[in-house]
Amino acid sequence: MPSKHNKTEPQLTRRDFIIKTATVCSASAVVGLWGYAFYSNDPVRRQDTKIFTFKDYRVEDVKTYPNLAVSRGTDAEKMVRAAVDRIGGITRFIKPGERVLIKPNVSWDRQPEQAANTNPEVVAAVVKMCVEAKASVIWVTDVSVNDPYRCFARSGVEDAAKKNGGVLKFATENDFVQTDLKGKALKVWPVSAFFHQVDKLINIPMVKHHSLSKCTMAMKNLYGVLGGQRNRLHQDINTSIADLAAAIKPTLTIMDATRILMRNGPTGGNLADVARGDTIIAGTDIVAIETYGLSFLDLKPENIPYILMAEQRGAGTTDIKSLNIAEISV
Amino acid sequence: MIKKLLSLKNIRLLYAAFFLVLFIVLVGITSFRSMKGYQVALFLELDPLVALSSFLTSWTVYKGLSLSLIIIVGTMIFGRFFCSWICPMGIINQIAGNIFNKLRAVDLIKMNAYRVLYRFKYYVLALLLVLAAFGTIQTGLLDPIPFITKAFAVSVYPAVNYWSGGFYLKQPVFQGGFLLAVIFIAVLFANRFINRFWCRSLCPLGALLGLLSFKPLLQIWRDTTKCNDCMKCVQNCHGACDPHASLRTSECMVCMNCISDCPENAMHYGLPKDTSSVHAPLDVNRRRLIETAVFGTIMFPMMRSVITSKTVSQHSVIRPPGSIAEGDFLRRCIKCGECMKVCPTNVIQPALLEAGFEGIWTPILLNKIGYCEYNCVLCSRVCPTGAIVPLTVEKKIGKPPAQKPVKIGIAFYDRGRCLPWSMHTECIVCEEVCPTSPKAIWFQDVEMQMRDGTTKVFKRPYMDPELCIGCGICENKCPVRDKPAVRVTSIGETRSLVNQMSLKS
Repeated sequence: MPSKHNKTEPQLTRRDFIIKTATVCSASAVVGLWGYAFYSNDPVRRQDTKIFTFKDYRVEDVKTYPNLAVSRGTDAEKMVRAAVDRIGGITRFIKPGERVLIKPNVSWDRQPEQAANTNPEVVAAVVKMCVEAKASVIWVTDVSVNDPYRCFARSGVEDAAKKNGGVLKFATENDFVQTDLKGKALKVWPVSAFFHQVDKLINIPMVKHHSLSKCTMAMKNLYGVLGGQRNRLHQDINTSIADLAAAIKPTLTIMDATRILMRNGPTGGNLADVARGDTIIAGTDIVAIETYGLSFLDLKPENIPYILMAEQRGAGTTDIKSLNIAEISV
Repeated sequence: MIKKLLSLKNIRLLYAAFFLVLFIVLVGITSFRSMKGYQVALFLELDPLVALSSFLTSWTVYKGLSLSLIIIVGTMIFGRFFCSWICPMGIINQIAGNIFNKLRAVDLIKMNAYRVLYRFKYYVLALLLVLAAFGTIQTGLLDPIPFITKAFAVSVYPAVNYWSGGFYLKQPVFQGGFLLAVIFIAVLFANRFINRFWCRSLCPLGALLGLLSFKPLLQIWRDTTKCNDCMKCVQNCHGACDPHASLRTSECMVCMNCISDCPENAMHYGLPKDTSSVHAPLDVNRRRLIETAVFGTIMFPMMRSVITSKTVSQHSVIRPPGSIAEGDFLRRCIKCGECMKVCPTNVIQPALLEAGFEGIWTPILLNKIGYCEYNCVLCSRVCPTGAIVPLTVEKKIGKPPAQKPVKIGIAFYDRGRCLPWSMHTECIVCEEVCPTSPKAIWFQDVEMQMRDGTTKVFKRPYMDPELCIGCGICENKCPVRDKPAVRVTSIGETRSLVNQMSLKS
């Protein structure tokens, strides 16, 4: 009796044989090519990541304007305008169509009165001036220490930026690019990519006490460009700050000294720690502005190592007596 | 035409779509930027099982939970409508069932016929309520609203964020989130074998509503004179309530499909007519019910004679600020995950076994992931059951000396790992970020001779346990990342009378 499963294969024709052989050959060729093309001595394929460097955001120095403009008063917007106008007006720094990034200090989930973040009125004034200078893009950004959404909302900077025509930029984990700062402590670090996508940078720091570096002002505000594990920088904070000041050259620095955090910095939290400063300082020499700001905290540049280091690196001068400082009352 | 479109079934579909979208939106906006005072815990507050079980554990109907009375009264009038009209878990299960089951009519009828298995949910309910009556709330494990809220908060939204990157700046990560995702997907996949397996056989809320609707005012009725036993009414039945014979009111989810599907117009919803068929009584086995109750009675003392965060203070059980004392916390927390969803720093995590089996999936703070934001009280605002009582910022951070801040623990230095203590390096990041004023972390300048003979001056941090509130930002920002050199434990927490170390507090 024949098998129940008695279906037999059809006889192989010459054509079928050639087709089958060709299929097997081409399949082995593909396998061989795959091995050849992807053969590697490394277990993981690495792609070369592009390493960025900071551009020079500064504009040409004009000797006819004072080096620093200091305005005193109580109306933040008027003070900012007066100070900037005295050193050539916003049009000296921002040309129509340029992309501008504004870097306030918005590190902490605190309210404006607690003076842990840049005064939102100052941010509003700077954004307005950039709008008037016809900047094509006005970004406001910071890499906050507390939750960024809360920091920007509760500091009032979010409203100040949005209502006056600025755009808030929150850096997510994917928004950081490796950047060579060419410093002694800071070499290649992740930096918020927004800083590489603009033409001009306006630094709006504030004046605060800080236990380790003694103060945090214009130069330490540049910490806010960094991502990664920047808490390690505390281990050599003075060199790190000097490295930042040497690597990043903002177009303009407008220091908010309307409120000063005298103690318990940089977080503050108690109104008793806050003093009135009622001053705005504008200029292009970040070291000079920093040195000027020390007076609010009763400090001397000789005692602040990072300022001296930054001066040596050519970021500016601490000898503010030799500078032409314009004082304005508003 | 319009009357045909406005069939009860289509109205139910509209409601279901509305409530499903509302649920997804409400969980979605449970975050600092979009909450703006909306009643984000609405579905949890509508859930009668949350209200009933937390009532049994602590004899209160807490604030918003009184909204569940609407559902209780509604069920007694309209039947078990919650399951197919409102419940997001039921609606999602039905959608999954519709996707999985494209069957022949005869197989659909088999799948949607009543099974004895469906009694099981009543025993689940009985066990959970017995345990609740003794004082431990475990309904959150199987109650669909807390379950799906947690699944969305801990698994679905983080997964969506992973691909879209649109909701949060930082990808949310949760301890054991994948386990919840697997359970949630398994529940949905069960529809492949039995349509609405969860709702029909496991759901304790469905069982509770089934009990409440054993004789509702309005019901679905079959006209025995018109019916020709074609069984089409069973094909798309949500509740497997046997509408073709003696309808089981407690199983009927009032989905109204049978009314639309009946070619003879034999089904109607409302009051009975003379020709209406009789309804079947609730199908539970009294012996099994008593067994379940006895089982719960034996279980409870066993559950309480183990090491939990209630019997022995646990260092890693750091509860969100505003949490009530641990014993009461375990009586109130339904593990819904609202606090985990709303936390801006992602610090609130579902516990695994840190608080014992009883406290599985309750919120604890893992400071390696985030830290308690000093000026933030959002978790206390979303808690539907009062396991975390609402705080104001002023209440949380206190106003010394009269009003003390809310402490959730105290940070301790690990001097063997701290850089200034063991490596003689400058650091004190912890001091910089410490949010209190004056700062709880202080430091001393130390002069030290190094190995190479040079002297170095640096700052060494110390903790002031009276000022530390346990927020954990020092632990979170410590550069010694893998096991931070300063770590918070729950000792000294305001809510506890026993978990204290200092004489002054």
